[in-house]
Amino acid sequence: MNVLLDTLFNGLAIGSVLMLAALGLAVVFGLMGVINMAHGELMMLGAYTTFVVQNLLKNGPLEGLFPVYILLSIPLAFLVSGLAGLLLEKTVIRRLYGRPLETLLATWGVSLILQQFVRSVSSAFFIGLIAAVALGLLAPRLLPAVWWRQRWSPLLGVGSWLGAGAIGIGLAAALGNERSLDQPWFSARNIDVTAPEWLRGSIDVAGVTMPTARLFIIALTLVSLLAVHWFLQKSVWGIRIRAVTQNRPMSSCLGIPTEKVDALTFSVGSGLAGVAGVAVTLLGSVGPNLGGNYIVDCFMVVVLGGVGKLLGTVVAALSIGVLSYILGSGSLLLLWPQMPAGLNETITFFATTSMAKVLVFILIVVFLQFRPAGLFPQKGRMVEA
Amino acid sequence: MTITSNSSLSPAAFLRRWWPWIAIIAAALILPFILPPFRLNLLGRFLSLGIVALGIDLIWGYTGLLSLGQGIFFALGGYAIAMYLQLDSLEPGQLPEFFGLYGVKALPLFWQPFSSPWFTLVAIWVIPALAAGLLGYLVFRNRIKGVYFSILTQAALLVFFNFFNGQQKLINGTNGLKTDTASFFGQMVGSDAMQRNLFWITVLLVIAAWTLCRWLTTGRFGDALIAVRDDEPRLRFTGYNPTAFKTVVFTVAGALAGISGALYTVQSGMVSPQFMAVPFSIEMVIWVAVGGRGTLIGAVLGAVLINYAKSLISEQLPETWLFIQGGLFLLVVTALPDGVVGWWRQGGPSRILAMLGSSPPTATYPGLDLDPEAQAEKRAIEARARTQESSTSQPSGAER
Repeated sequence: MNVLLDTLFNGLAIGSVLMLAALGLAVVFGLMGVINMAHGELMMLGAYTTFVVQNLLKNGPLEGLFPVYILLSIPLAFLVSGLAGLLLEKTVIRRLYGRPLETLLATWGVSLILQQFVRSVSSAFFIGLIAAVALGLLAPRLLPAVWWRQRWSPLLGVGSWLGAGAIGIGLAAALGNERSLDQPWFSARNIDVTAPEWLRGSIDVAGVTMPTARLFIIALTLVSLLAVHWFLQKSVWGIRIRAVTQNRPMSSCLGIPTEKVDALTFSVGSGLAGVAGVAVTLLGSVGPNLGGNYIVDCFMVVVLGGVGKLLGTVVAALSIGVLSYILGSGSLLLLWPQMPAGLNETITFFATTSMAKVLVFILIVVFLQFRPAGLFPQKGRMVEA
Repeated sequence: MTITSNSSLSPAAFLRRWWPWIAIIAAALILPFILPPFRLNLLGRFLSLGIVALGIDLIWGYTGLLSLGQGIFFALGGYAIAMYLQLDSLEPGQLPEFFGLYGVKALPLFWQPFSSPWFTLVAIWVIPALAAGLLGYLVFRNRIKGVYFSILTQAALLVFFNFFNGQQKLINGTNGLKTDTASFFGQMVGSDAMQRNLFWITVLLVIAAWTLCRWLTTGRFGDALIAVRDDEPRLRFTGYNPTAFKTVVFTVAGALAGISGALYTVQSGMVSPQFMAVPFSIEMVIWVAVGGRGTLIGAVLGAVLINYAKSLISEQLPETWLFIQGGLFLLVVTALPDGVVGWWRQGGPSRILAMLGSSPPTATYPGLDLDPEAQAEKRAIEARARTQESSTSQPSGAER
């Protein structure tokens, strides 16, 4: 009994992290059909935001707020990742709607850039980057309007971005001579976020030790899930988002600003990644490669659950979580000690975290042989022919 | 189109037709003697990556299947040859060194056939091809396509990566297998002479792979592949079986990846699970995308040039490479969807010149310039236009 409860709790804990991480992806992939490979990197931005908030509050005038810094960093991480997502949508994604494979490649490129960004960002670098992006986005307004109606205007578009980039690099190089501006903010090392006192203990319920950090993550997942559900089902913008998903031309005819809806959907999905990043900091140190550890798992959750269904994401994440814990910890052996020898050896063979992942993924691929559209497939006319 | 036989070509025409091949053969013969061994080794490695890129071009550029899991087949080929080399350089009765570290006393069963060079030579491409065929059949049978196919191949890649990473006792886990200290025909694989021979073998195999892909893509089979890419339901409704075409082409791509992996392994000195890392397989896709998907030569060029750029830039400014690589992804996707070679072939340079206003007007129908009737009509129209021009001082009301 005890083992069963323990397994359930740990599986739930693993599953809730997965669910939180996959939630934003489910929104972006399910509602917009965009494959966001940079999702893991947006999580990483959330994790780094937590780190920054922690350091700001640790020693300073706001020290009194330190015990609740993790609560403060949740909305901040949502904001930072959401803004990064908004920028991504405005510059890249909007050119690629309806071409999912291209979004996959483009967002992979963005993920590489973001990884290297947190490694080498310094104040000088940051100012240069902001200048380049601002110039690039404002170029159509800054340059004479006549220039944009010439035969060579397409070249001007590329040229203005190249020019903006060159100005940004030049500015960063010039500012980089100043020693204080040249210090990297995070460097390539992993960062550690120390959980506040109240998240370090654990609670014993019915003989099961539940770390409070895990409980906090489960609660955060639950709150996020409810919030997303409310947002999509009840709020005005949520209804607009669903309308655009179902029928874009019709929504546009009825006066729904589809471009704003796209930008909003992508930002909300990215913001949720940021929230997941806050949760991940409680599990251990995080680094620039954080995203790579989660992205494939998240996609498996979304694919297994069925695209476009939040319920599917929930069920898929929880079942993957419980299954990987059962296999990875080998707790089946504890439950059933007199197992036949052959089965026993097989289970021991898969009883590590990475081998459990191997088995879980194989099971998912096998499952998709029977239900290609996932646990909760979409029905009706929306299904692609 | 009629093709004249070679014997009737004048020397100039012969040169014009065959110069790319003459240049390639000359370069392959001369380069080993002018490049330092290190650079030659790099070039050989990147050329062998060109073979896996050709496979990706076949399945992505022609058939529209974006596989993010080619690393599986690449690494399987690499492991096959590495296992053979490990066994080949042993005295009878010995085990490869790493087995001692994990207390393995007997050679695992699946290692045993790899002591035969002939088996290995076949295994290098048959094992990856079988793996690809099985995976492809299971996926395509269910009509899983588009991004779902990409995600599934990536998941499969991760499965293999975790498996090879975790199995110390079977294949030395994370550490991989070394090949450069092994001996092969009595010579060290890592020696300069051996590497030069490997370079030549690589060049030959790249040409062979290119010929194979060209043969596959020009005939009816190639038409079927393009039909799968452009409109799969329609192909199915016309009575073809897209699953068969897709499985076959995915198998061929897997075999090419295996050969590529084997060549890469012997030239880089080791094979490790890093060959199956998720980023590496996506990198392969970007070589094809930059070179030009749907153009075979673009895939090879993309693989060689991007990797050369990577090694040069990583030597000088290691921090900037990821920025440049990410930028390449963005650039190709947003501005050059057909890659550099595709852009060139579709008249990209002359379009740029036209934007700058310095290109001659293009002849839409060149035949018209030679047609006497059309020319007479043109002169008549021009003459009429001139007479009208001279009478423009009149108000235009009369024309209605």
